[in-house]
Amino acid sequence: MTDTSHGTGGLTFDKSKRSWPNELNILLALIIIIVIFEIIGQVAPYMRGQSFLFDTNDRFDSIFNEARLQIIILQVAVIGIIALGVTQVIITAGIDLSSGPLVAATAMIAMSFAQVAEVNGFPNPKAVFGAWAMDLPVVIPVVIGLAFGAMIGAINGTFIAYFRIPPFIATLGMFLICRGIALWWSGGNPISFPTEGYAWIGSGMMPVVWFVILAIVFQLIMSFTVYGKHTYAIGSNEEAARMSGINVRRHKVMVYMIASMLAAFAGIVLSSKAVTAQAGMGEFYELFAIAMAVIGGISLTGGRGSIIGTVLGAMVIGVIRSGFTYIKLDGSYQLMAMGGIIIAAVILDQYRQRNRA
Amino acid sequence: MSEEFVLKTQDLTKHYGGVHALEGANFELRQGEHIAIMGDNGAGKSTFVRQITGVEQRTRGKVWLYGEEVHFAGPLDAREAGIETVFQTLALADDLDVPDNLFLGREKTFANWLGPFRLLDYRGMRQATIDGLNRTAVKIPNIRNTIRNMSGGQRQCVAIARTATFHSKLTIMDEPTAALGVQETAQVENIIRTLKEQGEPLILISHNMRQVMDLVDRIVVFRRGRIVANLKRDETDGQDVVAYITGAKTQPEFEIEGVT
Ligand SMILES: Nc1ncnc2c1ncn2[C@@H]1O[C@H](COP(=O)(O)OP(=O)(O)OP(=O)(O)O)[C@@H](O)[C@H]1O
Ligand SMILES: [Mg+2]
Repeated sequence: MTDTSHGTGGLTFDKSKRSWPNELNILLALIIIIVIFEIIGQVAPYMRGQSFLFDTNDRFDSIFNEARLQIIILQVAVIGIIALGVTQVIITAGIDLSSGPLVAATAMIAMSFAQVAEVNGFPNPKAVFGAWAMDLPVVIPVVIGLAFGAMIGAINGTFIAYFRIPPFIATLGMFLICRGIALWWSGGNPISFPTEGYAWIGSGMMPVVWFVILAIVFQLIMSFTVYGKHTYAIGSNEEAARMSGINVRRHKVMVYMIASMLAAFAGIVLSSKAVTAQAGMGEFYELFAIAMAVIGGISLTGGRGSIIGTVLGAMVIGVIRSGFTYIKLDGSYQLMAMGGIIIAAVILDQYRQRNRA
Repeated sequence: MSEEFVLKTQDLTKHYGGVHALEGANFELRQGEHIAIMGDNGAGKSTFVRQITGVEQRTRGKVWLYGEEVHFAGPLDAREAGIETVFQTLALADDLDVPDNLFLGREKTFANWLGPFRLLDYRGMRQATIDGLNRTAVKIPNIRNTIRNMSGGQRQCVAIARTATFHSKLTIMDEPTAALGVQETAQVENIIRTLKEQGEPLILISHNMRQVMDLVDRIVVFRRGRIVANLKRDETDGQDVVAYITGAKTQPEFEIEGVT
């Protein structure tokens, strides 16, 4: 390796004291939360000594309670896919509020090209289009869904980058438009009975597989490619990025397109997983996706954050959700706790920023 | 247009709404020449730089680089045409480290067929950064540190190293030593002298009279958006220059108001 402690200017640099990555803090927080649930399980009398993560009843081959682990990841996988894109948008100092409704709109649109002609010998009762749109190969609904996402992202990005509409406003507008599209597409009726191929995309643990693959791909892209570097540079100092010769506007359009395509893919996975598409799907997903990124240590002013952080943020949300179910506290407490954790995450991050060398 | 001029502007003008920040600038820079631009705060010096480097679009006027009329759509065009600039605002990305900033917008890469997703050659950029810093004797304790954690002078050093690392047809430095200590200022002046020896032309914007008198061949004075003097270093002195800066004097050829 090359020596990174270059020159001195009277200062010496202690390599061993390099500030440790933020992601480790989140991992630590995740472990602490798990330990707390584990302790409650052991101590609280009504829990009768159940374990949160470990397999105490010897139901599985491993020492872990695999069923719970799977549920934890599965329930955050779809929103996690959205969060991968939202992370990139926030790194450019932007925001994307349109992803939840985009999930619904894409689910409706893609599903309408993924229907089977006959259900139990009868014509598909939920058919949106005629026979020409029935029993199509799975690539067609997927490509249509992703293209729709790309289009929405291109519109978001164009308004933000070229017409200088604040991202909050532009994507808030798109939030309403996409929900409108989702309702209009089939007149509010749910769309069901997908082909076998389409149903496979979100079946079983497939959402987790997609989430993991996409997280790895985008972590690599953000760390090792020009696209990633320019995304961080724009969020860090947009004017400097422009003066350095980066085509900032085109790059932003690309970031919003990628984010919307990820949200669209989440819509495809979700409709496949649910085996139906409904206009009300994906409610609050945009907010949970942002929350995952925030818990993952992203800075809303741009320039800082990572995909790994967001994945850990997603895990925190997943653990809290299933942890509250496990200690038998209902959804209202979950929401309150989640809200508190999001605020705590930001306070901790600010504190850390101030005390940095 | 003769190729003897590295840079030539004619009637270069920039208005910000009602503010006439730059008005009818006729400017010439010859091969190998080092010119200083002086003038009070708000005189239009940085505005002049922003018009030449494509950071902003001029209101009117013409610009020639090596005899060829140019109209840069953006800073990248100017950079590709060979103009390297240290902007007054430094133009550094705070959350990135030194090599990232040095190569921002022109990264060393592999697998270029991947387009925007081409891979960064971190190792190559780090080595080139260390070489560049060594050559310019710029001192930065740790190049992996983000710019955010650096002192004002260190930031300035990074911006200067960025310019000096790449060979250029024209180097522009907008107040490069404004925040620097004695030693660092001397280093930057050495970088400028090296450029002079290599015959590379330079525009230096500075408020430091001693520095200007030490380094350049000619001094162009801006006042309230206009050029008011074009002085050979050998035919002038500090007091004379100050008289032009403050408005006590104006060269006769620049006296006509409204050159439009
Ligand atoms: N974007 C802008 N919009 C409006 N006015 C501007 C803008 N940029 C610069 N100006 C004005 O143009 C004038 C010239 O500014 P400029 O930055 O060129 O000064 P300068 O000579 O570089 O001064 P300094 O020595 O302080 O750097 C100033 O009056 C400034 O307020
Ligand atoms: Mg200036």
